[in-house]
Amino acid sequence: MTWLEVVLRAGAVLAAFLVLPLLIGQTEHKVMAHMQGRLGPMYAGGFHGWAQLIADGVKFVQKEDITPLAADRRIFRLAPAVALVPYLVALSVVPLSPGLVAVDVPLSLLLVLAATSVGALGTLMAGWSSGNKYSLLGGLRAAAQLISYELPIVLACASVALAAGTLSVVGIGVAWSPLWLLWQLPGALVFLVAGVAELQRPPFDMPVADAELVMGAWTEYTGLRFALFLLTEYAGIVILSLLFAVLWLGGWHGPWSDSVGWLWTLLKGFAVAVVIIWIRVAWPRLREDQLQRLAWVWLVPIALGQLFLTGIGVVMGW
Amino acid sequence: MRGRGHGIPGLVKGMVTTARTGLRRTGTQEYPDVSPELPPRSRGVIALLEENCTSCMLCARECPDWCITIDSHKETIPASTAGGRERQRNVLDRFAIDFSLCMYCGICIEVCPFDALFWSPHFEYAEYDVRDLLHEKERLGEWMASVPPPAALDEKASEPAEVAAARRPQRTVPAQRAVPAQRAVPAEGDSP
Repeated sequence: MTWLEVVLRAGAVLAAFLVLPLLIGQTEHKVMAHMQGRLGPMYAGGFHGWAQLIADGVKFVQKEDITPLAADRRIFRLAPAVALVPYLVALSVVPLSPGLVAVDVPLSLLLVLAATSVGALGTLMAGWSSGNKYSLLGGLRAAAQLISYELPIVLACASVALAAGTLSVVGIGVAWSPLWLLWQLPGALVFLVAGVAELQRPPFDMPVADAELVMGAWTEYTGLRFALFLLTEYAGIVILSLLFAVLWLGGWHGPWSDSVGWLWTLLKGFAVAVVIIWIRVAWPRLREDQLQRLAWVWLVPIALGQLFLTGIGVVMGW
Repeated sequence: MRGRGHGIPGLVKGMVTTARTGLRRTGTQEYPDVSPELPPRSRGVIALLEENCTSCMLCARECPDWCITIDSHKETIPASTAGGRERQRNVLDRFAIDFSLCMYCGICIEVCPFDALFWSPHFEYAEYDVRDLLHEKERLGEWMASVPPPAALDEKASEPAEVAAARRPQRTVPAQRAVPAQRAVPAEGDSP
């Protein structure tokens, strides 16, 4: 790989990292609005408010960047980067088609899981360093939630990795067959539920429960740093949706997959993202104990059962 | 969370409800672009028909939060016929409603005996400074144009008084009774 190619690939990933979350965000604005009988943004940019999030970004940049006196300054200022950058790293190994991936490393599934776990550290840092009790409670809730839901995610991913016999996301995508839709269904559901919980989105938004904790770990953040946390959330949706599309929905598999495989991945990922938005609109927030109960009583056993089933399948040679 | 009848069926029901709402047309009226269709009796603003006002002060006294200010003076009208009596009438100098105090109860409109105050559905008179919400009679008079006509009478209602009066045959005064001679100049010494 020449230097020029490295720069081009990195630039492409960065562009996707900045554009795709905005698309998801705009979709959320519109889908959520219509599901609630509203129109959503209609003015910014002229046509149905397409530029609303760009306008929001400009607004965030103009706002004063405040660091509270009681805050642990360096940690406080570093936290958004710690939350955001891992998702950028994770996006670089998510393929759109076998040939269309920024970096193809042999253990890319492990890299994605590791990187997204580091992202959770950013929330914890933000909560701890803000010098605010709401932030601290939010950060601790986030930590507890992320620890609980990391396990089902890893187990569900282990199941597909076992079925494909590789830890490379591209390799798993290549090994995918329509049979997986049935065979890996429990694992897929576990991954989707645990993934939404990992993103701390409704109905699993206990760490930012605004009625109780103002904005959780992000309470003290303003301006661009706050916007970076929001970007993290939507980048997380992008990665979760694309990963789900590639690992469980077959990514680029579909008619004319040789020529428009990348489009299939994007479409499937978009559909998953819409489902995540839809869940947010339809379901109420779980209480903290219900949240933990769901993870340990339901998701972990189901994921273990899926792993067992996959093991049998692999040994029997399905 | 997992009581009978809740759990998964409840979650699915929530998804179906939101999806159905999402596919339906929204009821949003895009206000600045599309003006709302207000019912004719909407309480938007209070308009003043200055000609009807006699400065009787009933509205100002009945107003629960005293948001109406009225200034007037008396003018003497010379007698229209020779030897007649001079008359006095009130002339309205100032009529102001402070819409930052007004609570739109409509008592002033109900209480006005001369139909000088009216509800208008016009509502776009927001200001940046609360002090600018004190509106004088000129502004209140401009809003008369937006007052809708009164609702039609019921089918079998009696005619409005002014229509009935106009329909009544003209009163013809008999010539000999026009100046009743015996009573016009009472004879001296007559006791009433």
